[in-house]
Amino acid sequence: MHNTLTIFKRELKSFFDSPMAYVFLVVFALLNGWFFTTTFFLYGQSDLRTLFNIVPLVYLFFIPGITMGLISREKGLGTIEIISTLPIDDRDIVVGKYLSAVALIAIALLTTSLHFITLSSFGNSIDYGAVFTGYLGLLLVGSVYASVGMFSSAVTDNQVISFIVGIAIIFVFWLFDKVLIFMPDLLAGTIQYLSVEYHLSNISRGVIDTRNLIYFGSVIGFFLFLTTRLVESRRWS
Amino acid sequence: MIKVDNLSKNYDDVKAVKSISFELQDGQVVGFLGANGAGKSTTLKIMTGYISPTSGNVYYGNRNIQDDTSDIQKDIGYLPELNPLYSEMRVHDYLKFISDIRGIPSSDFKNAFQKVVEECSLNAVAHRTIGNCSKGYKQRIGLAAAMIHDPKILILDEPVTGLDPNQIVEIRQLIKKLGKEKIVLMSSHILQEIQATVDRIIIINEGSIVADGSSESLLKDSAGGKVELSIDVSNASENDIKDMKATIPSIDIHSITKNDSYTNINIEYSNSNDPRADIFNYAVSKKWIILEMVATKQNLEDIFRNLTSNGKPS
Repeated sequence: MHNTLTIFKRELKSFFDSPMAYVFLVVFALLNGWFFTTTFFLYGQSDLRTLFNIVPLVYLFFIPGITMGLISREKGLGTIEIISTLPIDDRDIVVGKYLSAVALIAIALLTTSLHFITLSSFGNSIDYGAVFTGYLGLLLVGSVYASVGMFSSAVTDNQVISFIVGIAIIFVFWLFDKVLIFMPDLLAGTIQYLSVEYHLSNISRGVIDTRNLIYFGSVIGFFLFLTTRLVESRRWS
Repeated sequence: MIKVDNLSKNYDDVKAVKSISFELQDGQVVGFLGANGAGKSTTLKIMTGYISPTSGNVYYGNRNIQDDTSDIQKDIGYLPELNPLYSEMRVHDYLKFISDIRGIPSSDFKNAFQKVVEECSLNAVAHRTIGNCSKGYKQRIGLAAAMIHDPKILILDEPVTGLDPNQIVEIRQLIKKLGKEKIVLMSSHILQEIQATVDRIIIINEGSIVADGSSESLLKDSAGGKVELSIDVSNASENDIKDMKATIPSIDIHSITKNDSYTNINIEYSNSNDPRADIFNYAVSKKWIILEMVATKQNLEDIFRNLTSNGKPS
């Protein structure tokens, strides 16, 4: 736990020591701000639904961008040899780095709180519960995508490849919901259960169901497990 | 004590390390010498638990690096080849990060930090960003990171690469000092570095150990332990020179070159049988005047070249 925290702190600081975190946060805020405000005043509804719809799409590029270097850069620079020969488990390295990405995503979500302030200033009969669960849903989806990003970062020592692999896998998860109508009934249920959007929409409605939480938890666990295995695989190469 | 037992490592079809064995005792500075690609770094990577061997074991006392990796890594300070560093971090923050993972309490960090900064002469850059430091400083930052927890074992892969001659002398002295109480294993492909620093040299070639011993014993045992002796004498007749072989049988006369005022005699003899006193007495008996007598011993450089040039001990 102590080691996970040390890695987490180093990674989070390293995001903010370079211009990367600032560029991402500003672009994230601008993109979401643009898409949200262009429709918000047209609908005249006191909710953040448009925001909650657009963020997962922005995630598609944003999250692989955050995670692409987390492991591939260490492999490329050779610093993986430094941390792997310190008395620390590969699992702690992976979890520490993962949590730093999740923290940056949480900070990015905070930049959208401006829209919430706008909403609460001008709107009436706001469903605060739905806003809370909506944000929780976005954080969970971000966490799932970050675990995918970790995996794609561990696949290669090239950050560009890692970025593209990350987008591709996240795109597949995002696509599950869209291709549902083309699926035979037999598969539809399974595909729907695998779809991130399906679970997000449940949570966004204000329902926190353990089935959805188990889904998010197991996908995250699965990808982090694979990532750890990939990091360990250097021993046997 | 470290025991490397029948260690082998294959990368696909390439046999990088072929069943090597050696032991390292406490308080010993050992040089691991070999040409580039001889298997030095692979061996060190296995010894530090970074990669696993294809077969064989590395024991630290009773513990095996494969089973007690983290536990053993606590006792090791490792400077990898090419010295990778987090260039965006400041030197202080980097060493703090390493010491946090090493479990050094914050209260002890200040002292540990000052000690390594002092030992590695990092005062001028202690709060600078690593990426902005010179190559020599970077090398010493890597060394400081390997030493910050005062480990029992130091494994240094090419520690003096990129340093200028003054810095090399400083690091050699530091390594020698550290070697009094620790096991230090340092690799290099440059012989002079190793020769000047270590108590014992292990030479590796194409994945196999081809020599192991102190530099003196390597010289003594080396197959080519011959010495060339060049003597300039005046007042010597050619016949007397040729007769010298009959009086001193351990020498071989290679050449006799007559100059205007003196004659140069080139002699070869075996290192174990020094004939120089006999040559002097012979010269006195013949009333020669010795102007110069220079012995050129075969050096470690020659031995290293012999051992590593053709893949077989010569």
